[in-house]
Amino acid sequence: MKNKLFGILLSTVVTVTALTGCAAQGSNENVGEENNETVTLTNVSYDPTRELYTAYNELFKQHWKEKTGGNVEITQSHGGSGKQALEVANGLEADVVTLALEYDIKAIQDAGLIEEGWINEFDNDSSPYTSTIVFLVRKGNPKNINDWDDLIKDGVGVITPNPKTSGGARWNYLAAWAYADKQFNGDEEKIKDFVKKLYKNVLVLDSGARGATTTFVENGQGDVLLAWENEAYLSIQDHPDEYEIVSPSISILAQPSVAVVDEVVDSRGTREAATEYLQYLYSDEAQRIAAENYYRPSNEEILKEYENVFDTNIDLATIQDFGGWDEAQSKHFADGGVFDEIYEN
Amino acid sequence: MNKRSKRVIPGFGLSMGISLTILSFIVIIPLASLVVYTANLSLGEIIEVITKPRVLSSFKVSFFTAFTASAVNAVMGVILAWVLVRYDFPFKRLLDGMIELPFALPTAVAGIALTALTADKGLIGEIFAQYGIKIAYTKTGIIIALIFVGIPFVVRSVQPVLEKLDYSYEEAAGVLGASRFTVFRKVIFPEIKPALMTGFGLAMGRCIGEYGSVVFIAGNMPYKTEITPLIIMSELQEYDYASATAIALVMLIFAFLLLFFINLIQARNTKIIKGGR
Amino acid sequence: MHKNQSKTVKYILIGICAVFAFLFLLLPLYIVFAEALRDGIEKYRDAVTDEYTIKAVLLTVEATACAVVINTIFGIFAAWAVGKFNFKGKKVFTTLIDLPVTISPIIAGLIFVLIFGRQSVLYPFLQNMGIKVVFAVPGIILATVFVTFPFISRELIPVLEAQGTDEEEAAALMGAGGFTIFTKVTFPHIKWAFLYGLVLCTARAMGEFGAVSVLSGHLRGKTNTLPLHIEILFNEFQYVPAFAVSSILVIMAVIILIARSVIEYKGKKEC
Repeated sequence: MKNKLFGILLSTVVTVTALTGCAAQGSNENVGEENNETVTLTNVSYDPTRELYTAYNELFKQHWKEKTGGNVEITQSHGGSGKQALEVANGLEADVVTLALEYDIKAIQDAGLIEEGWINEFDNDSSPYTSTIVFLVRKGNPKNINDWDDLIKDGVGVITPNPKTSGGARWNYLAAWAYADKQFNGDEEKIKDFVKKLYKNVLVLDSGARGATTTFVENGQGDVLLAWENEAYLSIQDHPDEYEIVSPSISILAQPSVAVVDEVVDSRGTREAATEYLQYLYSDEAQRIAAENYYRPSNEEILKEYENVFDTNIDLATIQDFGGWDEAQSKHFADGGVFDEIYEN
Repeated sequence: MNKRSKRVIPGFGLSMGISLTILSFIVIIPLASLVVYTANLSLGEIIEVITKPRVLSSFKVSFFTAFTASAVNAVMGVILAWVLVRYDFPFKRLLDGMIELPFALPTAVAGIALTALTADKGLIGEIFAQYGIKIAYTKTGIIIALIFVGIPFVVRSVQPVLEKLDYSYEEAAGVLGASRFTVFRKVIFPEIKPALMTGFGLAMGRCIGEYGSVVFIAGNMPYKTEITPLIIMSELQEYDYASATAIALVMLIFAFLLLFFINLIQARNTKIIKGGR
Repeated sequence: MHKNQSKTVKYILIGICAVFAFLFLLLPLYIVFAEALRDGIEKYRDAVTDEYTIKAVLLTVEATACAVVINTIFGIFAAWAVGKFNFKGKKVFTTLIDLPVTISPIIAGLIFVLIFGRQSVLYPFLQNMGIKVVFAVPGIILATVFVTFPFISRELIPVLEAQGTDEEEAAALMGAGGFTIFTKVTFPHIKWAFLYGLVLCTARAMGEFGAVSVLSGHLRGKTNTLPLHIEILFNEFQYVPAFAVSSILVIMAVIILIARSVIEYKGKKEC
């Protein structure tokens, strides 16, 4: 009996040692990356900014070289905005975050990684570029969709992602709400009814914005896709003869926020580079890159240069009209909120 | 009898020690921490979270589709295993080799490929669309994705048992005048039943938790095609760990009970078989 | 008469299998390859030899190898303990082994984030030691081991149980040591089951998506396995490269499956 116990104990010790050895070996790879000449930055961003940052990172590398003579390597991470924020809060080492909503960066702040007041650190509430929500319809607009009230007609199939899992989808929802708000002069019951009807016409609620685009473009579902302006332009670029963009009379000013992750840059000693990385987004060159990737530059003059691209006549509501993200979140998207009501029978 | 055998064969301490350690590190400690985490909520709160209508209906969708898919897989799995073991035909090796492919294909790719196939503009979806049947973005679509994901479990559980099965019993039964169906029901089925149950249980468990392939094909409409793992994801999006872990815990307990139950049946069956010999 | 009837049954059953295999196995694969080659072989080659693709392949191979080694060690010892001895709590033990398969990969990932992530009590300690688990390679390995955990032991246990203990007892009474008994007496019996388990484990480890996705952080070129790289390509609207990279996984799987077939064929012939 004693022997047996001894055997169990001994083998336990051996296995534990072996396992930790395995883990330690794995982690060694990540140490030793700190090189004096090359700064490495990790930018954790959301889905639709892939093309934008691919272009911007090249520009920034040049800028950094001119400014300091050193090299900079940027690792990108993309995913759903909320999921990305969650991962940063859980220890994903991001030097900077460039996410879809202020709310998501707030979540990182609540986890203690970003200091309060980040929103005033950069211009325009720390949103170097903005976007809005437009309609992507099939060529020739066969269902004759021109504004939000066309979306609640019978027989119109709408594709939009799920606001519960996708940051972009929350902008879609709020844009529709803003339209109805104006239409019905703030009559809450009628607005709810409108939004409810709209979501009754939704055929597929994908978990993310890119998934919804795939459903609409590749799998041919629905008549209209509620999309980020830049996503809509990308789809047109890829399939010029199949789709067209319709701008509704009212939409929402989507302000993707950026922030330096204080805890990470302080421990890695990359604050200078990280701050410069975000600050340089406001430079004329970077603003043009944003515009070329169909993000609306925050610099008014550069926006004017691209007047033929962006429809500047859309009436844009802002998140402040909803009392800020905290209020919008708890009223509309939290459990038991208005969005849940929509699907209750 | 058992007492003596314990002493004779060496290595109990060693094997028990090593396997228990690995098991603790990989399974027990992580799962226990899930339970601890959920304990932040009171029982009342947990019940409140898991009885929300949307959560309840997602349980229904998940269980229904997982059960249907596993039932189809149980039948098809036995037929496939039977054909692979008993018959010779061209491309048999190829078929045999392909069974594990659903494992190797990332679930997301499977989901996207299956959606492309079964959407009403797709190769197969088109045929069904003519008769007004929609596959992708309905429960049928979910079931199809789950059949794809679960098929290797049943085939690979049943196949080894069929291979070991002695022909002589069947022949004897056949000579005694039993019909083929009776032979299958009375002689073969009892032998493969435990393996089939295991395969069914594993497939079902896997299907209930499946996320990657289903989100693409499901359409994710609340109350209709929204699965439980998606609800967990949306709770996480709201930074609501407590609710997410509470729902996860329900799924975990169900999985444990399902497997435990199957292992019990299996143990009893082994005893019967052993006693009979 | 009886013969004819059995032939009909045979062909019906083979027919059912052929249709099923065509619909559920061949067609999805066909889609993968058809899409991968949609823009010609050039594009395919570019996608497959892309720098990030190669890094992803290497990471996938590393994670798979680790998972297979750890699960093999565990599988053999666990099967030995369960198959050859009786002890209290055996059913709970075997159930716990199976459990990882039935846990949603999302939950599996979540659990490890809760244990090793920034909000856990362990985190400051790990940080001091300079060990990164979540959003780094160890986390990916951990997730892969977790989801493939039962595959090898699950195949071995039934065989060892069915085989009984008589032969080992005899060998032990004749004075053979534990290691000799295992290699000479037991292993030949479990050889084929072991091979099955190995293949299942490898295939599943390569294709794992959900749990790894939660734990990886999607750092391009650093923590992207093949399935994650495929997801990223999809999200960049690069459908053709995405399917091209998927086909790498399929080809890797096919090679392993063929290898198994060959080993099995040769081995069984010798018997």
